[in-house]
Amino acid sequence: MTNNIRFVQGNEACVEGALYAGLDFFSGYPITPSTEVAEHLANRLPAKGGKFLQMEDEIASMCAIIGASLTGKKVMTATSGPGFSLKQEALGYAIMAEIPCVVVNVQRGGPSTGNPTHVSQADVMQARWGRHGDQSIVCLTASNNQDVFEMTVEAFNIAETYRTPVVLLLDETVGHMREKIVVPKAGEIPLVERLRTAVREGVDYHPYLPREDGRLPMSDFGDVHRYNVTGLFHDMWGFPTTNPGVVHGLLRHLNDKINNNANQMARYKEYYMDDAERVLISYGASARSALHVVENRRPRGERLGLLELQTLWPFPDVVVREKCRNAVSVCVVEMNMGQVMQAVKAAVDDPGKVFLANRIDGNLITPTDIRGILRLIQGRGV
Amino acid sequence: MAIKDYIRERFFPHLWCPGCGHGIVLNALLRAVERMGLKKNDIVMVSGIGCSSRISGYVDFHTLHTLHGRALAFATGVKLGHPELNILVPMGDGDALAIGGNHFIHAARRNIDLTAIVMNNRIYGMTGGQYSPLSGYGMLATTAPYQNIDHDFDVVALSTAAGASFVARSTTYHVQQLTDILEKAINHKGFSVVEVLSQCPTYFGRKNRLGSATDMMDQFKETTTPIGSKAKEKDPTLIERGVFVEKDIPEYCAEYDKVIERAMKKGA
Ligand SMILES: Cc1ncc(C[n+]2csc(CCOP(=O)(O)OP(=O)(O)O)c2C)c(N)n1
Ligand code: SF4
Repeated sequence: MTNNIRFVQGNEACVEGALYAGLDFFSGYPITPSTEVAEHLANRLPAKGGKFLQMEDEIASMCAIIGASLTGKKVMTATSGPGFSLKQEALGYAIMAEIPCVVVNVQRGGPSTGNPTHVSQADVMQARWGRHGDQSIVCLTASNNQDVFEMTVEAFNIAETYRTPVVLLLDETVGHMREKIVVPKAGEIPLVERLRTAVREGVDYHPYLPREDGRLPMSDFGDVHRYNVTGLFHDMWGFPTTNPGVVHGLLRHLNDKINNNANQMARYKEYYMDDAERVLISYGASARSALHVVENRRPRGERLGLLELQTLWPFPDVVVREKCRNAVSVCVVEMNMGQVMQAVKAAVDDPGKVFLANRIDGNLITPTDIRGILRLIQGRGV
Repeated sequence: MAIKDYIRERFFPHLWCPGCGHGIVLNALLRAVERMGLKKNDIVMVSGIGCSSRISGYVDFHTLHTLHGRALAFATGVKLGHPELNILVPMGDGDALAIGGNHFIHAARRNIDLTAIVMNNRIYGMTGGQYSPLSGYGMLATTAPYQNIDHDFDVVALSTAAGASFVARSTTYHVQQLTDILEKAINHKGFSVVEVLSQCPTYFGRKNRLGSATDMMDQFKETTTPIGSKAKEKDPTLIERGVFVEKDIPEYCAEYDKVIERAMKKGA
């Protein structure tokens, strides 16, 4: 590519990242504020021989990417609000059947139809717990378009590495914000490709038997190994079973493969954290306002720092605990009623020092909003 | 290859009740596949949830046992991901036309090359005998103790209206015809629907006092007739069997190749 500098919306940065990662198949259903992801892919994917499909609803879109993933394709869907709710059952299926796929949710205000064109970050817990049954999931986020690009690539890499769905949780502000991105040259960001089994035809292949390193080599539908894929508890061949030992083992495996790798998956950024006595923790669009506050107050002698989370699930609790150890106060900046704050409270040594700076009216939280709450925490009044 | 080479013998005996029609559908399907000489690696069976959908566990193909009602949506992804594969999608009547009704009509509309087999026993077998959109007016079910007031779909008319390019109906009594029809359906390039009237003696039969499994199969013989028969003229309540629609119209994956061609030309 001659010109690799682009001026794009966050949603388009996501598309660029997906194409860079090798996306082959996308299916979706239009919904604000994620629609541009579908529109750009409708344009771009077929031009590189891939397939874009507008399905009859979000349920079908989620199911279709799972089907395509089983033929060896890199797959993605994108949605918002109500559409994310509709995808939950099939997302749970992808967790159970260990299907690599990326699910983008550009968050809008909820519940229900809510506030379609306005910003919110209130789907953090839905991403984590939106489905029935015990399970773990990977969820990434980003606050600027370059990071959207990179986190999208990361989402594909993690999906392939751990054979799991990855939720990319963006928000309306980032999704619709125009910013410069630099598209790296091919090879600059390493890509994880599908790990396929080396087991030869005629030799027993176990699609659900993890190797020693925990990875599960796959075999594409249409290839020489025929096996079963199901949402029921299943044995190492993929066949349904209610054997308590197998059920227990599979449930443990599904959770452990994510939670035991929380450190490896922890992506975050630090700003002025070295000597920070008051820590802000934020993510997505909120992190931009939080960073503004930090940079604005530093010259005035306030020792503020920002920890920007890019991995939300599995929650990077070790990182958060370490970074907040010496803080006098920790203020979580987010656009919901304290969803990440709860996780931060559970992670730090002293939950009593964790506060919430939030905004839930559909407008982007501003530096002024955050500063006001910081003053209250400091006992300085408004 | 012999029939038994197409099944996963270690999973037998199957979980269906004695007399259940679903096993006959499995039999007819495997005979069709055998006759066509299809390779096991070239077949994917995608099913939903229900007694009928457990059929995918017994066949030695690539098998994808999905969610209630969503088989066709999963199958659409598989087909577009690997268009050379033959995709068989057996579904229960509730699976295909209640919870999965939307996916059904849209798959038909796209005319994507999938073989949809509706194993119509007019009841929800798996969950214990509740009425389905195919039960019909006046029938009894655990959730229709005072007679069902819902009218049923005509699967053939619905599929035809939705755009399926192959539409046929048979029953578990007419296994030879069923096998022939399934062969044609699999051969057909486009969305094919085969409705199979199948018996659930355990729930539909018992609730509606229809007798044993063989009695129910006798009823399929008595209440159906070949398309356009004289008998139908005399008795319009008879249900017709045979191939209703078989037309050669553009198939979705082939159309998609043209999209890629146009997009690449524009990009170049
Ligand atoms: C989302 C969802 N809703 C409900 C069910 C429960 N359920 C399982 S099978 C079934 C109906 C089965 O009837 P049918 O599709 O006609 O197939 P049959 O068992 O009669 O072969 C239902 C309601 C489910 N598994 N998932
Ligand atoms: S309940 Fe009905 S449909 Fe299910 S296996 Fe028994 S007879 Fe067949």
